[in-house]
Amino acid sequence: MKILVGYKRVIDYNVRVQVKPDGSGVVTDGVKLSPNPFDEIALEEALRLREKGVASEVVVIGIGPADLQPHLRNGLAMGANRAIHVSTGDAVQPLTVARVLLKIVEREQPGLVMLGKQAIDDDSNQTGQMLAALWDRPQATFASKLDVIGTTAQVVREIDAGLETLEIDLPAVVTVDLRLNEPRFIKLPDIMKAKSKPIETIELASLGVESGDHLTASHFAPPLKRSKGVMVKDVAELVEALRTKGLV
Amino acid sequence: MNKILIIAEHHAGQLNPATARCVTCAQAIGGSVDVLVLAATPEPVVRAAAALQGVNRVLSATHEANLHALAATFAPQIAALAPGYTHLLAPSTTFGKDLMPRVAALLGVAQVSDLMQVDGPRTFVRPIYAGNVLVTVKVPEGHVVAATVRPASWPEAAASSTLAPIEAIESHVALPTHTRFVALEGASSERPDLQSAQRVVSGGRALGSGENFKLIYDLADRLGAAVGASRAAVDAGYVPSDMQVGQTGKIIAPQLYIAVGISGAIQHLTGIKDAGTIVAINKDAEAPIFDVADYGLVGDLFKLVPEFIQAMN
Ligand SMILES: Cc1cc2nc3c(=O)[nH]c(=O)nc-3n(C[C@H](O)[C@H](O)[C@H](O)COP(=O)(O)OP(=O)(O)OC[C@H]3O[C@@H](n4cnc5c(N)ncnc54)[C@H](O)[C@@H]3O)c2cc1C
Repeated sequence: MKILVGYKRVIDYNVRVQVKPDGSGVVTDGVKLSPNPFDEIALEEALRLREKGVASEVVVIGIGPADLQPHLRNGLAMGANRAIHVSTGDAVQPLTVARVLLKIVEREQPGLVMLGKQAIDDDSNQTGQMLAALWDRPQATFASKLDVIGTTAQVVREIDAGLETLEIDLPAVVTVDLRLNEPRFIKLPDIMKAKSKPIETIELASLGVESGDHLTASHFAPPLKRSKGVMVKDVAELVEALRTKGLV
Repeated sequence: MNKILIIAEHHAGQLNPATARCVTCAQAIGGSVDVLVLAATPEPVVRAAAALQGVNRVLSATHEANLHALAATFAPQIAALAPGYTHLLAPSTTFGKDLMPRVAALLGVAQVSDLMQVDGPRTFVRPIYAGNVLVTVKVPEGHVVAATVRPASWPEAAASSTLAPIEAIESHVALPTHTRFVALEGASSERPDLQSAQRVVSGGRALGSGENFKLIYDLADRLGAAVGASRAAVDAGYVPSDMQVGQTGKIIAPQLYIAVGISGAIQHLTGIKDAGTIVAINKDAEAPIFDVADYGLVGDLFKLVPEFIQAMN
């Protein structure tokens, strides 16, 4: 079985993202970029399935400009067999990403597509579900445990009501949550090995993906800040303050 | 005129209050408001939905396949109704997040996530970058608006004294069998529900163990509060995952939020920024949680929380 892993590059989660003064976007110049943490978890899980003999090949896919290649090398250094770079200078939204992934899915015929449940830049939480719909296959979102059993998978999902277990027929789309695993660290020899692994580049424009149904983003702004309150000296003062406000 | 369809979220015969929050959002958009209840046994959920102020009609789609809220089963039923509507809304709970993108893709339209403000019938504000940035987005003309509604941004619609009409509808779309429900391990709790509670007490990594979390439960019980946690406390196994508050957990807006031994990482703060009053108890006076707390108390939680419990007796 082949596993396709979506591997997005995002602003690192430690960066305090700033809005440009004219509200036209966020500041990206000189800002540290990293793999989306959820995608690293998806990749880690795919690699573990390969190590268990469940999967035979793990392919990472990234969509973005030419400078995405070092990022994809990261995925190869973590252990993916090869990478696909869908090249475009445009920012892509979830529906377009899902349509691109579907094209790759049709060509690669994976048994599983693994994605992060969301990317920490636009926080959309849509792509996996959209791909599953377009592909007409099962989806298991927010996965915190995954077992492949023959032609099906059992997935434990972290949902608001607790932990839900689904059984899905393969092929399918699984989007992963934070507690599925802890991604491995990349070691120096892995970086050397990754240099000789193949990255195939495909022009997005050559895929024949429909477009024109994008949301247009007109304005970016920082949220209203909560103002700093007061420090109380002890529990008695705290309780007094809360009582005065009718909160306890 | 806008015609809005809200997908009801319900579980074990109870309408999730997030549905009533979607109704308030729908009223900000303006237009007629229908609520769709997909269920195996629709009572008493349909009645609860029909009793919400601002709802014009409840559609009840009864089917044995609707016993569990599977996106693969629900989505084609909703997509089949979409041509009669300008807007499709669901709460951005795990239910709506799972479902609405699947509906949108079936319809070939983009989806708006976590709608927090309405600037026009197709213009909305939503958070990105863990809530560090708010973006205004517009849905192209001629496309149905498919959106999830950020519950913490909208108050619940009140109950009405009259019931909106309830219509049974039948769906003739083929439903898939490739996705099967196996089990739900719910944290059945006597305590108030974290997402709708007016008071919440949360514990962080500082609690150090599941046993020590008893302090948090005790304080919560004194206050009639729900219990939440930071990701670190969940990851360490002190409490179950459905208690996580934050960017990747629950986004909540209680009147009172008490953070105990939580540093205040941006991903946690995202989950509480709409809380009425925030109280922080932390031994580190420099902890970032104090930058957003209305009342901050510096000290050791193992001394202060028992005092707090005592004071509530
Ligand atoms: C992609 C991503 C998503 C994330 N999503 C979430 C999320 O949804 N929710 C979330 O919470 N986190 C999330 N995180 C994690 C977040 O970045 C922090 O790591 C986490 O919130 C820290 O939890 P904490 O405050 O309990 O622990 P810590 O940061 O370790 O803080 C513990 C605090 O306890 C205080 N303390 C220690 N001992 C005592 C004592 N005896 N008395 C009083 N105070 C004491 C310390 O001073 C410290 O401030 C996410 C991270 C990433 C990368």
